[in-house]
Amino acid sequence: MNQKEKIIEVTNLVKMFGSFTANYNLAFDVYKGEIFGFLGANGAGKTTAIRILCGLSPPTSGKVIVAGYDVSLYPNKVKANIGYMSQKFSLYNDMTVKENFRFYGGIYGLSGKEIKEKTQFFLKKLKMEHTRDIVLSEIPLGWKQKLAFSVAIMHDPKVVFLDEPTGGVDPITRRQFWEMIYESADKGITVFVTTHYMDEAEYCERISIMSEGKIEALDTPAKLKSNYGVNTMNDVFIKIAR
Amino acid sequence: MSVHININKICKSYDDVEALKDITLSINAGEIFGFIGPDGAGKTSLFRILTSLLIPTSGTATVGDYDVVKDYKKIRQSTGYMPGRFSLYLDLTVEENLNFYASIFNTSLKENYDLIKDIYIQIEPFKKRRAGDLSGGMKQKLALSCALIHSPKLIILDEPTTGVDAVSRMEFWELLKKMQKRGITIIVSTPYMDEAALCDHVALIQGGKLLAVDKPENIVKSFKGSLFAVSANNMHKLIYDLDNLMNTSNVFRFGETIHITSNIDDDLLYTENAHKHLSESGYHNITINRVEPVIEDCFLALMDQDMVKG
Repeated sequence: MNQKEKIIEVTNLVKMFGSFTANYNLAFDVYKGEIFGFLGANGAGKTTAIRILCGLSPPTSGKVIVAGYDVSLYPNKVKANIGYMSQKFSLYNDMTVKENFRFYGGIYGLSGKEIKEKTQFFLKKLKMEHTRDIVLSEIPLGWKQKLAFSVAIMHDPKVVFLDEPTGGVDPITRRQFWEMIYESADKGITVFVTTHYMDEAEYCERISIMSEGKIEALDTPAKLKSNYGVNTMNDVFIKIAR
Repeated sequence: MSVHININKICKSYDDVEALKDITLSINAGEIFGFIGPDGAGKTSLFRILTSLLIPTSGTATVGDYDVVKDYKKIRQSTGYMPGRFSLYLDLTVEENLNFYASIFNTSLKENYDLIKDIYIQIEPFKKRRAGDLSGGMKQKLALSCALIHSPKLIILDEPTTGVDAVSRMEFWELLKKMQKRGITIIVSTPYMDEAALCDHVALIQGGKLLAVDKPENIVKSFKGSLFAVSANNMHKLIYDLDNLMNTSNVFRFGETIHITSNIDDDLLYTENAHKHLSESGYHNITINRVEPVIEDCFLALMDQDMVKG
């Protein structure tokens, strides 16, 4: 069998806050170009795990390798090789669209020329060239989320983390957003995504479901449904999380 | 004791942005009425008008016998409001927040304990904890308790389940059903289309306009055309090829399948053509099944129509 390249490797990850165990012995791999859904109830420990994967918080024990680097030893190398966007915070509202691209491009170490090219490329692709000099606060949420995703992948990261990227977005834009996700995955970018929309769970290749700090299930949507003997991901989720 | 609500030609503009365009509808006493729509649809502006926190540009609205502008003091006495953003005092404990809101309305936690009991018992073990240290689900229950503390006849909940996981959402709706049994009229907004089915009536709202107002089952019944769920080996490519299928509209990914709407009456002919088109394009494992629409299908179709009309 063709061995796929691992972009995320998590072995026996434990994270404690004082006596509280937020992540208990997590173990999973995510492959190149895969769309991996990271699901769980509020408070199950997802955010803690994502912070560790992004190099923002060291694990208490266990080994985590992201984009080829150990997060405990080389957190800054990890940060340079990943993209991140969330519903709560993505771009700067008081900067224009162009300024946001320039700012993030600069942080990711792209040259002025590269930033210019990437800005042009994404705005053209999104048919949003007319918004170049508009301040972000004046742009509708759905458009903003598409821009934020583009900014998160402008430095061609190996993996992009999307934390509830479609919360509150209208159903058409939500679907357009997922088309962008597919397109990036086709180009080989690994997509690590959380969502509370269970129909979106179906769009992932594999899903893990966390409950009380542990991964309770990890498989393809089709296998999860048949293993739990139910017809929808919503029912799988309720069986595990309740 | 519950109240009905009349909304008559309400418009609201902020400078040159029209947030609400001529909204007219009525809400029955004692029902759960849902506003279903994405961010920016105008739900929050409408809720602020109904709670007397915002004055409409034009139009009128009444809650029971009270006008939302003239009788704002009466409105505030009889309405509970849970804003979209958590707005209680983070540095007060659970108990202190409740006592504070109770005292504003000249009542006490003890006096109305029975009303909030179902919700409050779930957070009572943490009553000495500061609100800022609660989890998302507990904050939401505290906010609902505070909105109910003065025994309102109407409660207005702005996206109470946004960012909330599927299990907590289900439990929250069970609580709302209990409140309804006590005769309270409930107005709730949500971006989750599946929650529409839990309401007595819903309004689908987008860009400040009402797309439809009806019982959820009637909205589903009024769906035009036959809906089919399609799947095949390459789902990602499939969506583009279905866009080019004859007599087809509203091609949308829907969980594990893609939903398409046929514009012809003959289902059999349509399915045969679709099958032929797909197998000639090189697909295998093709399934095409007639399915019943859900609210999200209707919303997508109405949004599409609305965009075509401009």
